[in-house]
Amino acid sequence: MIKQNCRVTENTEIAPKFFRMVLECEKVSIKAGQFINITVDGFYLRRPISICDFDDRTITIIYKIMGEGTAMLAKTPSGAYLDCLIGLGNGFDTSVKCETPLIIGGGVGAPPLFALAKKLAADGKKPKVLLGFNTSQEAILVKEFESRNIPVVLATLDGTAGHKGFVTELIESGYDYFYACGPLPMLKAVYNNTETDGQLSLEERMGCGFGACMGCSIMTKGGAKRVCKEGPVFYKEELLWQTQE
Amino acid sequence: MADTRVKLCGITLKNPIIAASGTFGYGYEFAEYYDINVLGGISIKGTTKNSRFGNPTPRIAECYGGLINSVGLQNPGIDKVISEEIPRLKKCFENLIIANIGGFSVDEFVYSVEKAGECEDIGIIELNVSCPNLHAGGINFGTSPVEVGKVVSAVKKVAKKPLMVKLTPNVTDIAEIAKVCEAEGADGISLINTLLGMRIDLRCRKPVIANKMGGFSGKAVFPVAVRAVYQVYDAVKIPVVGIGGVSSARDVIEMMLAGASCVQVGSANLVNPFAMKEIIEELPAVMAEYDINTLSEIIGGAH
Repeated sequence: MIKQNCRVTENTEIAPKFFRMVLECEKVSIKAGQFINITVDGFYLRRPISICDFDDRTITIIYKIMGEGTAMLAKTPSGAYLDCLIGLGNGFDTSVKCETPLIIGGGVGAPPLFALAKKLAADGKKPKVLLGFNTSQEAILVKEFESRNIPVVLATLDGTAGHKGFVTELIESGYDYFYACGPLPMLKAVYNNTETDGQLSLEERMGCGFGACMGCSIMTKGGAKRVCKEGPVFYKEELLWQTQE
Repeated sequence: MADTRVKLCGITLKNPIIAASGTFGYGYEFAEYYDINVLGGISIKGTTKNSRFGNPTPRIAECYGGLINSVGLQNPGIDKVISEEIPRLKKCFENLIIANIGGFSVDEFVYSVEKAGECEDIGIIELNVSCPNLHAGGINFGTSPVEVGKVVSAVKKVAKKPLMVKLTPNVTDIAEIAKVCEAEGADGISLINTLLGMRIDLRCRKPVIANKMGGFSGKAVFPVAVRAVYQVYDAVKIPVVGIGGVSSARDVIEMMLAGASCVQVGSANLVNPFAMKEIIEELPAVMAEYDINTLSEIIGGAH
């Protein structure tokens, strides 16, 4: 984890209530699936946001206005500086042996999967992406995946683009591993409808974001784990969802 | 040269900054971010007799100037804390380690305090009496002079270390509770624990916290803490440790003027992992600004 004042070079609405923000930072080491925790003017706790894309000097995040904090974040002008904790969480394990990983994302869970897909493709794997949104207007990142020759299959709840229904209804055999990020009901459906091993990136209301407060703990097969520190990415076999349902 | 040394229960600290329990884990996690030996002390994550997962999530709610938490004393139990967590902290920390002990019955307190007292790396035991007594209808130990007196008197008999009692502010007269602790043999008082609070989500019209209520802490509670420290300093002769919203070197000095021998920094650690390091670094300059050469001389200076 590194604490830095990052300069905002872009903060634009790319879909209703969805914003893309680009932050300039000093050289940092980041893994796909990690997140940053941002101080928002007028709010006590930071706002944890997943990293969508990054290189040596920039971090791109895509966030959705969910409450007052993210609404304030959306008002940040270009050129402003934001106090960020960078490189939080474990990130996706991309060392797992596989050739045709399936990537499943829902809504604002899609952004960290872009950095993941880039990494998997760079490693010579052939990822396929399934994305689900409420409606076609919210279908973010589809072009970005496709421009990197990563195939995307789309589902919308209202049927305005792609399959009408849940993204998990698009899961078909032909994959040898999976990665998923999205709302909890989607992740539980992925957990129950996948035949291979995989990794799921969880969301939980956090206090600190770096393991100090135990505010975001979940119980796993290996005992209590902090979503912000040992997570947010968990191996499917770690989760206890089968016994809960 | 500014002298930031203070004494607490006979132990000399290089400065009055102690990490508050529950906001700094077991300390060693922060050693990867900075040298935690700059700290005067660390009060480790609250520990109970048995391991606890704690409360369901959400456990955290944002508030103006602070947060509500309802973690519910997640910890691996006193035996594991002593055999695994304390040795890991000791490897990277040579200053005061305070064991924060909670319990749901007098017997549980006695068990954990006895164990903690046998651990030579622990310097002070801090009793968290803001827990419900499951053997007395769930009444919060710390809100009843009678109940708090029973716990302190029982653990004092087995405590082989200085015993500090951490008081809840959710009472009518905190000075009265402090006096009972002193009469039963407590060696120090730390205060305040969190204020009972609640937030409600407008969208789902339900409390944000799964457990409905939680403890409010952060910058916003600082004046409440200063007031409580001031009152307790007047009421007892044992040292007082000021906790509640401390976020800057100025806050440290204000708390000490109210009567605190040293302070604990809590919520500030959660928004800035470097908060205590920064407070310690700015302390000499702020002392100079207010013509303070020897920090320990200002304790209770506002009385």
